[in-house]
Amino acid sequence: MSPSLTIILVGSCVAAACALVGTFLVLRQMALLGDAISHAVLPGIVIAFLMTGERAPLPMVLGAGALGVLTVFLVEAFHRTRRLKEDASIGVVFPALFSLGVVLITKYAGQVDLDLDCVLYGEIAYAPLDLLFFQEQSIGPKALWVNGAVLLANLLFVSLLYKELKLTTFDTGLAAALGFSPIVLHYVLMSMVSVTVVGAFESVGAILVVAMLVVPPATAYLLTDRLLVMLAGAVGCGVLSSVFGYWLAYWLDASIAGAMATVSGILFAIAFVASPRYGLLARLVRQRQLGRDMAEQLLLLHLQSGGTPQSVEQLAQRFSWRRQRLEAVIARVGNRGWVQRTNGSVAITPLGERAVEERGVAPLRHQEATA
Amino acid sequence: MSSVSEPQVAAESSPAEVVPAIEVHDLTVAYWTQPVLWDVDLTLPEGKLIAIVGPNGAGKSTLLRSILGLVQPITGWVEIFGKPYEKRRSWVGYVPQRESVDWDFPTSALDVVTMGLYGSLGWLRRPGKKERATALSCLDKVGIAHLAGRQISQLSGGQQQRVFLARALAQDARLYLMDEPFAGVDATTERAILALLQELRATGRTVVAVHHDLQTVAEYFDHVVLLNMRLVADGPIATTFTDENLQRTYGGRLTVLSQAAESLLRAESGAPKLDV
Repeated sequence: MSPSLTIILVGSCVAAACALVGTFLVLRQMALLGDAISHAVLPGIVIAFLMTGERAPLPMVLGAGALGVLTVFLVEAFHRTRRLKEDASIGVVFPALFSLGVVLITKYAGQVDLDLDCVLYGEIAYAPLDLLFFQEQSIGPKALWVNGAVLLANLLFVSLLYKELKLTTFDTGLAAALGFSPIVLHYVLMSMVSVTVVGAFESVGAILVVAMLVVPPATAYLLTDRLLVMLAGAVGCGVLSSVFGYWLAYWLDASIAGAMATVSGILFAIAFVASPRYGLLARLVRQRQLGRDMAEQLLLLHLQSGGTPQSVEQLAQRFSWRRQRLEAVIARVGNRGWVQRTNGSVAITPLGERAVEERGVAPLRHQEATA
Repeated sequence: MSSVSEPQVAAESSPAEVVPAIEVHDLTVAYWTQPVLWDVDLTLPEGKLIAIVGPNGAGKSTLLRSILGLVQPITGWVEIFGKPYEKRRSWVGYVPQRESVDWDFPTSALDVVTMGLYGSLGWLRRPGKKERATALSCLDKVGIAHLAGRQISQLSGGQQQRVFLARALAQDARLYLMDEPFAGVDATTERAILALLQELRATGRTVVAVHHDLQTVAEYFDHVVLLNMRLVADGPIATTFTDENLQRTYGGRLTVLSQAAESLLRAESGAPKLDV
């Protein structure tokens, strides 16, 4: 397997695994908890390493999983005292645990084959070099095996418990009333996040994990109204980020993990601006359209009730619109045959009267929505 | 709205012995150190529309949540048709407050209604064609089948409330617990919800609803529970929904002005008058 392909595959596995659990973090408004876990698992990794004396994946996953659950537990415990809001509670727990990990690493630096830079920034570029051996035989890059296994586990988790995850995320009360324990599911989800994070930690670093947990799901959320599509979209955005990220890093000769995270940010920015329904542009267009509709209806209503014809000067004064805007509104309703313009005055036509009756006035039409 | 199907009533108790829909015994609930419900004893009959009424912070929602086992009481117990809630899950439908969920969640109206069937599916089993058909018929019963595919944030407040009611109908329960089903809905929806409740009663179901609007209690419900941390009174509207009991429930919070308004409105609707 070529090194480039290995790196792209590892990046894609990490991105996809993160996107699957990250989607639920984003929908539960717990994106920050994902960030916290991705740092707070560090002491778990170090302790597992000190106990086993080797970088075996399984003890590390267990150690990290335990710390992930501990993080969630502590955050909720502090939050429950009501003296700390959730954000502050997260802000207290994760630096404490992370720095404990840092202290442990530096204290046992001699014995620990873990390097802080590597943990923070990761070095996905080395992924093709660190091979996994089975009976003295190389069976391929370790990072690919580990992250592939994590991706598979997450796929299994989300597809088996899709219904339960959806219900507990949307309506905790009903989920509990129906007998689906939201607390158990919450901890299982957070354990999966921890496992995902630790799998990715070594190979790509904490920063890329943080990005991949939140940014692709947030991007997908801008593009769809369906949970299943959001999950698929998040995975797609994540994979795209790693493919184009690798390409960008190669082109710029820069950090691969950094480039992958950057691309995910760029994809988000594009979706934020250009999403067909929730994008900035779409919203501006809709707002403009609403404004125009409203202006037209106001004009028609005024002409209908206030007696016509009225001079353009009178109308400009009545609505305190700039002349240019008023002319544009008159031109638009005139094109539809709703008003008749003769010299300096405007009169509503029978067609226009009917339009007012049929379409109603915007505020009235939207009354039910705001009721 | 078409009719609601008959409930499958299990013949567990002899007809002579009437098992109440809900029995609450010695219930005390506190959040942190603040008591919310204090020593509540309550027996609610089957087949009635029952309103839980009381001022803000009186523990109305907490009572509902305790009945559903969502809140751990300090003392006391609750039974649904003679058994603990865990044994009666499938008999109980729940309509939470509309604000309790995030309506920006990426899902459709039909999907939310289908969630009412998750309980009967149990763990791991997925909803299929049959469940979606049931959900659609429930949306039809609340008059918004045409909005089945609509993203839930694109629905008006009244339509969202109807989605929640359709979801409860999908649960096909004997007892419905509703947290302010009439809150913040338009007049049309209010009438539609009322018609639905009356239909549920006509098929032998029991509905217990937290209700805020004192003016409509007597008109909409058969039975009332007056709550202000402690149980003030409970029973049929005619004997329980009295000025004296209301006064005791709301205490000083029902000011002279609002009492005057109350009594005027209630005089119009034929309810007993409040002495000011």
